[in-house]
Amino acid sequence: MQVSVYRYNPEENTESRMQDFNLEIPRGKDLMVLDVLELLKEQDASVTYRRSCREGVCGSDGVNMNGRNGLACITPLSDVVKGDSLVLRPLPGLPVIRDLVVDMGQFYKQYEKIKPYLINDEPPPSQERLQSPEERSKLDGLYECILCACCTTGCPSFWWNPDKFVGPAGLLQAYRFLADSRDTATEERLAALEDPFSVFRCRGIMNCVSVCPKGLNPTRAIGHIRNMLVKRVI
Amino acid sequence: MSNTPILEFDAIIVGGGGAGMRAALQLAESGNKTAVLSKVFPTRSHTVSAQGGITCAIGSEDPDDDWRWHMYDTVKGSDYIGDQDAIEYMCSVGPQAVYELEHMGLPFSRTDNGRIYQRPFGGQSKDYGQGGQAARTCAAADRTGHALLHTLYQANLKAGSVFFSEWFAIDLVKNAHNAVVGVTAICMETGEVHYIKARATVLATGGAGRIFQTTTNALMNTGDGTGMSLRAGFPVQDIEMWQFHPTGIAGAGVLVTEGCRGEGGYLINRDGERFMERYAPNSKDLASRDVVSRSMVLEILEGRGVGDESDHLLLKLDHLGAETLHSRLPGITELSKTFAHVDPVKDPIPVVPTCHYMMGGLPTNVHGQGISLDKDGNDRIIEGLYAVGEAACVSVHGANRLGGNSLLDLVVFGRAAGLHITDALAEGMDSLEASDNDIDAALSRLNRWNNSSACGESIASLKKELQNCMQFNFGVFRKEEPMQESMRILSDLRERISNACLTDKSKLFNTARLEALELDNLLEIAEATAICAEGRKESRGAHARDDYQERDDENWLAHSIYDPQKKQVGKRAVNLKPRTVDPFEPTARSY
Repeated sequence: MQVSVYRYNPEENTESRMQDFNLEIPRGKDLMVLDVLELLKEQDASVTYRRSCREGVCGSDGVNMNGRNGLACITPLSDVVKGDSLVLRPLPGLPVIRDLVVDMGQFYKQYEKIKPYLINDEPPPSQERLQSPEERSKLDGLYECILCACCTTGCPSFWWNPDKFVGPAGLLQAYRFLADSRDTATEERLAALEDPFSVFRCRGIMNCVSVCPKGLNPTRAIGHIRNMLVKRVI
Repeated sequence: MSNTPILEFDAIIVGGGGAGMRAALQLAESGNKTAVLSKVFPTRSHTVSAQGGITCAIGSEDPDDDWRWHMYDTVKGSDYIGDQDAIEYMCSVGPQAVYELEHMGLPFSRTDNGRIYQRPFGGQSKDYGQGGQAARTCAAADRTGHALLHTLYQANLKAGSVFFSEWFAIDLVKNAHNAVVGVTAICMETGEVHYIKARATVLATGGAGRIFQTTTNALMNTGDGTGMSLRAGFPVQDIEMWQFHPTGIAGAGVLVTEGCRGEGGYLINRDGERFMERYAPNSKDLASRDVVSRSMVLEILEGRGVGDESDHLLLKLDHLGAETLHSRLPGITELSKTFAHVDPVKDPIPVVPTCHYMMGGLPTNVHGQGISLDKDGNDRIIEGLYAVGEAACVSVHGANRLGGNSLLDLVVFGRAAGLHITDALAEGMDSLEASDNDIDAALSRLNRWNNSSACGESIASLKKELQNCMQFNFGVFRKEEPMQESMRILSDLRERISNACLTDKSKLFNTARLEALELDNLLEIAEATAICAEGRKESRGAHARDDYQERDDENWLAHSIYDPQKKQVGKRAVNLKPRTVDPFEPTARSY
């Protein structure tokens, strides 16, 4: 199989390039894309990418595989290889540090902006705060986000306004706290989101939904936030 | 002369997993100048992979539940070499630590009356083993570790903690008095090296499952803190005790939570027999992990394994129904489809015992303070050094950890270390400054790699050899001769690694350099494991020997303690003196 990898190391070269590798794939085995990267690194130790858990929960190895964002460790070659070739590029829309490693700073900044923590200034009870299974179920599909950035870096609105549009991952978490029966900062949270950019730059094209490796639906969460913002003014 | 730039803090925490972040939170909320140094962005730490839950007697499932019952189970689970003062502390403080997590926003699953959902886990009982199976593990579906880690990161953001994400600690810096005064570290993004000076240094670097070829651990679990502290001449305790989790997905090594069996799943062999009924008539599939793993290996050795090679067994879940699997075990459903191509709603998951957890580590007291032995064999506090979580051996897990106790360990002892350091700082804790030579000493191995010249052996191939050696000789059952042979192999590998070279010497985000530095750490831990496993001449907990099949309380009701300078294993007394309850005396252990 031919694997073409985006290479960039500003120490050595000011321009990026694609490097082709020919790789023997063991027959009868459906390797993950991360396995392929590990094989390449054995050939050439300078090939650079992030990885850790290798089971799709840590969110380190978001990359662009044949044009589609996803996690290398849980993407089997059979899902992504077209013909006999695989093109690996860094997640789009963020500055590249080296090869497949992008600078996630802007992504994390948008996450921090939405105050991703429970706000409740009432003194806590001596035990847990009670929450019914129905209230808790509102957090399903929200809290599972692994911050891999596949969604946000697949969103053209984020490409255009990475400093002003929170992006699907940040907004999913914004709604995770808006939806939590234990959080008391709804008004404060909505006020921080009502400008024309933070939420409303979402055009609903659902790239985020189609690439989310955890099967989450940021577009639906954004819809809920829009509804809350609209109800707040009428 | 060292011209290394210096960053200065009250406390530096090495590792951004659950234990490190819980310690950081305690310190930041107390107004100390604290930083967390992590080789990955904190939410990528391996705590994220914990699934089933956090065990704690909060009395949600059973209002009569008692932390003393949890303590009894944990002491028994440890095969009696867990320290009873530490276990007492963990089990009694546990509820408060869990409620704090809930108050921070951890999205626990709930019972109908709105309390935290608890599920049964292995080795749990009511009424000191007399009242049947308990359900004591607090869960957020089967993603408890993920929920816990993200919640702690969020709480740290709120508290304003300082993070050095994607920084790698190289070695401990020691002053002329042998006290620890910080670490040397490399910033991955720029390649710049710094001395991070601190009055307290906390190792929260997790386990080192990657000394094995197959493990449930993340690729980055290379025991960096443990390696650093061994190189600094400090001991490790009970490092021969490696837990094999009964249910790693065969071939992939990915973890399938014990919560599957807690929810009613069970193991079957090639005949479809629920074989755990034979090995553990009372607890069956919810016996301790060491017991279940040994039973599984025996089934396989006796020819009742499943598959073309008869090399694994099956975890049956389909009888639980789609609804339970989707609400209680959604992550498992996903993992087993991805890595075993099996939908557990319809078919059983192929599983095999897989290296999962390092019970050993730097010995500490309940405040997380590191301990070494003086020349007379008495405990001596290592000034300036703390350890928490899997990197520490406090020891609450002894020879075998109970499921759900690791997350509790993280938050209870992360918190305890934070409290102790806060007090110590307030009392003026300080040490002699490190000299330039002291700092340079902590950069020597980095310089060795940076100056290595072209040679034959690659880092990747040496790592594979090390992992092979550990995989085949230090598994569920161990034998004298192969262990002795391994000690020779590892000693030879040390020589070869010291001559290996780094091919990529670039500065920016150099992961090849990172892997070289990790290999040094793997080697330290592998060698300590081999020497201690060979030295403990009995079978206890996770350490099962063919030549010494019985537990030997007369000689080995003790911690092993490894001296890295002499490469020798000695003994350290187990604490059998809890403060508020009567000690649990060692008895025969059955489930």
